Amino acid sequence: MEKWTLMTITVLLALTVRWTVSLGSYSGAGKPPMYGDYEAQRHWQEVTYNLPIRQWYFNTSDNNLLYWGLDYPPLTAYHSFLCAYVAKLINPDWIALHTSRGYESQSHKLFMRTTVFVADLLIYIPAVILYCCSLKETSTKKKVSSALCILLYPGLILIDHGHFQYNSVSLGFALWGVLCLSYDWDLLGSVAFCLALNYKQMELYHSLPFFCYLLGKCFKKGLKGKGLLLLIKLAGTVVASFAVCWLPFCTDVEQIMQVLRRLFPIDRGLFEDKVANIWCSLSVLIKIKNVISPQTQLKLSFAVTFLSLLPTCIKLTVQPSLRGFKLALVSCALSFFLFSFQVHEKSILLVSVPVCLIINEIPFMATWFLLVSTFSMLPLLLKDGLLLAYAVTMLAFLSACVASFAIFEKTSAKDLQLKPFSLSLRGYITWFKPFPKIVRNLFLLSVTLMGVLSVMSAAMHPPQRFPDLFPVSVSSISCLHFLFFLVYFNVIILWDSKNSRNQKKVS
Amino acid sequence: MAAGGWSWFRALALGVSFLKCLLIPTYHSTDFEVHRNWLAITHNLPLSRWYYEATSEWTLDYPPFFAWFEYALSHIAKYFDPKMLVIENLNYASPATVFFQRFSVIFTDVLFIYAVRECCRCVNGKRAAKDILEKPTFILAVLLLWNFGLLIVDHIHFQYNGFLFGLMLLSVARLCQRRYLEGALLFAVLLHFKHIYLYVAPAYGIYLLRSYCFTASNADGSVKWRSFSFLRITLLGLIVCLISALSLGPFIVLGQLPQVISRLFPFKRGLCHAYWAPNFWALYSAVDKALTVVGLKYNFLDPTKIPKASMTGGLVQEFQHTVLPSVTPLATLICSFISILPSVFCLWFKPQGPRGFLQCLVLCALSSFMFGWHVHEKAILLAILPLSLLSVQRAKDAGIYLILTTTGHFSLFPLLFTAPELPIKILLMLLFSVYSFSSLKSLYRKEKPLLSWLETIYLIHLVPLEIFCEIVFPLTPWKLRFPFIPLLLTSVYCALGITYVWLKLYVSVLLERTSIRQKAE
Repeated sequence: MEKWTLMTITVLLALTVRWTVSLGSYSGAGKPPMYGDYEAQRHWQEVTYNLPIRQWYFNTSDNNLLYWGLDYPPLTAYHSFLCAYVAKLINPDWIALHTSRGYESQSHKLFMRTTVFVADLLIYIPAVILYCCSLKETSTKKKVSSALCILLYPGLILIDHGHFQYNSVSLGFALWGVLCLSYDWDLLGSVAFCLALNYKQMELYHSLPFFCYLLGKCFKKGLKGKGLLLLIKLAGTVVASFAVCWLPFCTDVEQIMQVLRRLFPIDRGLFEDKVANIWCSLSVLIKIKNVISPQTQLKLSFAVTFLSLLPTCIKLTVQPSLRGFKLALVSCALSFFLFSFQVHEKSILLVSVPVCLIINEIPFMATWFLLVSTFSMLPLLLKDGLLLAYAVTMLAFLSACVASFAIFEKTSAKDLQLKPFSLSLRGYITWFKPFPKIVRNLFLLSVTLMGVLSVMSAAMHPPQRFPDLFPVSVSSISCLHFLFFLVYFNVIILWDSKNSRNQKKVS
Repeated sequence: MAAGGWSWFRALALGVSFLKCLLIPTYHSTDFEVHRNWLAITHNLPLSRWYYEATSEWTLDYPPFFAWFEYALSHIAKYFDPKMLVIENLNYASPATVFFQRFSVIFTDVLFIYAVRECCRCVNGKRAAKDILEKPTFILAVLLLWNFGLLIVDHIHFQYNGFLFGLMLLSVARLCQRRYLEGALLFAVLLHFKHIYLYVAPAYGIYLLRSYCFTASNADGSVKWRSFSFLRITLLGLIVCLISALSLGPFIVLGQLPQVISRLFPFKRGLCHAYWAPNFWALYSAVDKALTVVGLKYNFLDPTKIPKASMTGGLVQEFQHTVLPSVTPLATLICSFISILPSVFCLWFKPQGPRGFLQCLVLCALSSFMFGWHVHEKAILLAILPLSLLSVQRAKDAGIYLILTTTGHFSLFPLLFTAPELPIKILLMLLFSVYSFSSLKSLYRKEKPLLSWLETIYLIHLVPLEIFCEIVFPLTPWKLRFPFIPLLLTSVYCALGITYVWLKLYVSVLLERTSIRQKAE
């Protein structure tokens, strides 16, 4: 069959799954007074439609910032404004100032779900499809199966279409950025990434690889000739796209400062809820929040994040390659997630999407990571009543990966891209034979553990002495996995060299 | 997609099962309450009261095996939510009840999956392409497992057709494998699960008689009367009688047979179902309606004499035609019988093995769909599923299959009228249609196009029809005055396609016979 027929079928399947998940419950359904992210998005529509731009980010009598005040960059606000405009046409009650607070109805849910669906369809899905088509040295079948697996990734579906958020917009823009860079359209790529950054400030997790890759590219072209020109062009493009996005706020310095204060709420603490990052997991043992002062926490987390990022970034700047760039996106985002300040559990999606990009190269590890990343959000999904969708999409994703990549047969050191690393270690330890088997068993063990914990958190009541037993164990176990993945990705990034890849081609 | 073995089949079956699980929270029709009520009836009452109980309007109107099936389910249901087993708990639908009932459908579909696998084994791999995606077995598996109609009727609308069709396909597969007795047994069991399969019973009866009871044919294909085997027909008769005794026996002993029969065949219901099934009677009624309108406009008719009952009011009741003569159950019975006859004759006079049997089966299903009394639009699946088997074996059948599935599935659209399900039905329909068209096209890429330009135009016009019915029409002022127009348009337009398919298939079967006979002579 034709490539495009298969791609169409893949997209239709992905859309069907998305819509069926969206029939389920959403965050904060019927839970006054604060509700959840669904109400936050609806509230932003109300605010942006009814108030002048000057007041969007300010606390006024019409805009109580303590009740879901806008805390995302301008593009999110514009998007809300656009949705509000459509909402107004259908039913003005949905966005009436003050009176619409906590509005819930079947038709409104349908409307909100449709906005996410449309955003996903217009931005994220085309980027994935084009990315998979642009993969080199792969058969049509492999391209289609990569697209299928990426589009079936449960985490993004559950958070966007179940929990209710618009992550697919910012992640989609970031993907467009990667796509453009892979075609050497650097300027267009940086525009796309600026859009992503101006939709959600969390996209900063991806900013360093973009920066280092483009900088490295300039260096490679020679900073005195073409490289400098490219650098100036890039800088100009970035400044221009930021200026366009922020234009309505450029009337006043105070406006800009206020938006920035809203975007980076430093006083909200090192972490919230149960996040699968290092700080939250450590605080099971030591109560970091009580021991260290907030200022020191900030500095500490900054220092650790910076250190963990450094090797990857240097490597990427010195040897900019597309492959290295994708891997750097993974490892940098993972470092940010594990070590940085004020991380949400949903931020793991910023790591997952770059991992999706390498699913056809390292299918085994990518599948494993994507499963763990969805599992790490289990407490959140349970709170939203998405257990059924979680279980089904996880199993479906796992079987899609097994069916399309035969992941269990790809666990040798070579398939895991660990050949250069093992070669360099040859002098010290003997690289043992049963390695693939051990890796496979580790994977099965981890999947079983996740399954058991999922069932327990869904079905059992925690002992009274430890009411948070299940969420804490979910986050700690995920955190251990993430640390392991951070080490793994850093190893393959640092040991990746052009020589080793040439060798592979020869062999 | 690993190359060898049946791992691809497992992936397909798993995939569709996951999709079914995702459909659990979707809208369910009154059939959900029907089955809940049957669970309650069979669980609480003794056998003698099953077919008399009438607390709910949805009385038990399936044969005894299905009642026993519900009885068995009810013993699992009590662990989920015992309240669903209270007869007076009308329209009870707690989350546990929904989950249990939905999941019971998904679980019993295992039989369907097994049957599809057996059917795939019967399809010869002559056309075996290197690419697994282009093998007839793979295409057949997708066409059956991912069948749009079955998905929405069973897993959204709510019914248990999956395992029933599983039984049917399994019996077909057994007949193809020449395991006739097993096939007959399975079909007899199926008849006592749901009696709608009586429509295709002539095909089974004649095929078994011709190919099993007569052990040999003459050289020109005509029947060799001497080869009749009394042993075989006795065996068949024994099987059928035994199954019937198991099913109806207790009711005969109790002297309730007339009551059971009157429940199973409710001729009190109207000619057309609540939504018009796209068959001959839909065209007939539409013509009647048009004539009424014209007649009223030009004063040929007296408005006071026109019966009030509106045919598309959504009520199941008896109804009189205005201009054309009204149709009685007997008339439909005779029409169905006459329309089935030629196909049965074909099967008898020149049996072509399993192929001829399947053709006859499809023709029986289609003919009774065209002329039956109170036909449900869901009954079109009875023709679509067996035709899938033929479609992967011959280009001509593939073309017919494409028209039949597309129009037949489209005619199921009014079953799901709620807004949240609109995207699902459109997406699933697109998914199935894109797949069936492209896969069959690539399977027969060396032969001439599957569809003529006229057929293509007909199918393409389903798109504007859907847009008009679902999006444009609700915005127009006619919505309140003529709420039945979308249903009428859909069923009349689909009826055209299905009538065409019926005629085309009949012509192709009849012509094929003469041409072969000429060759033989």
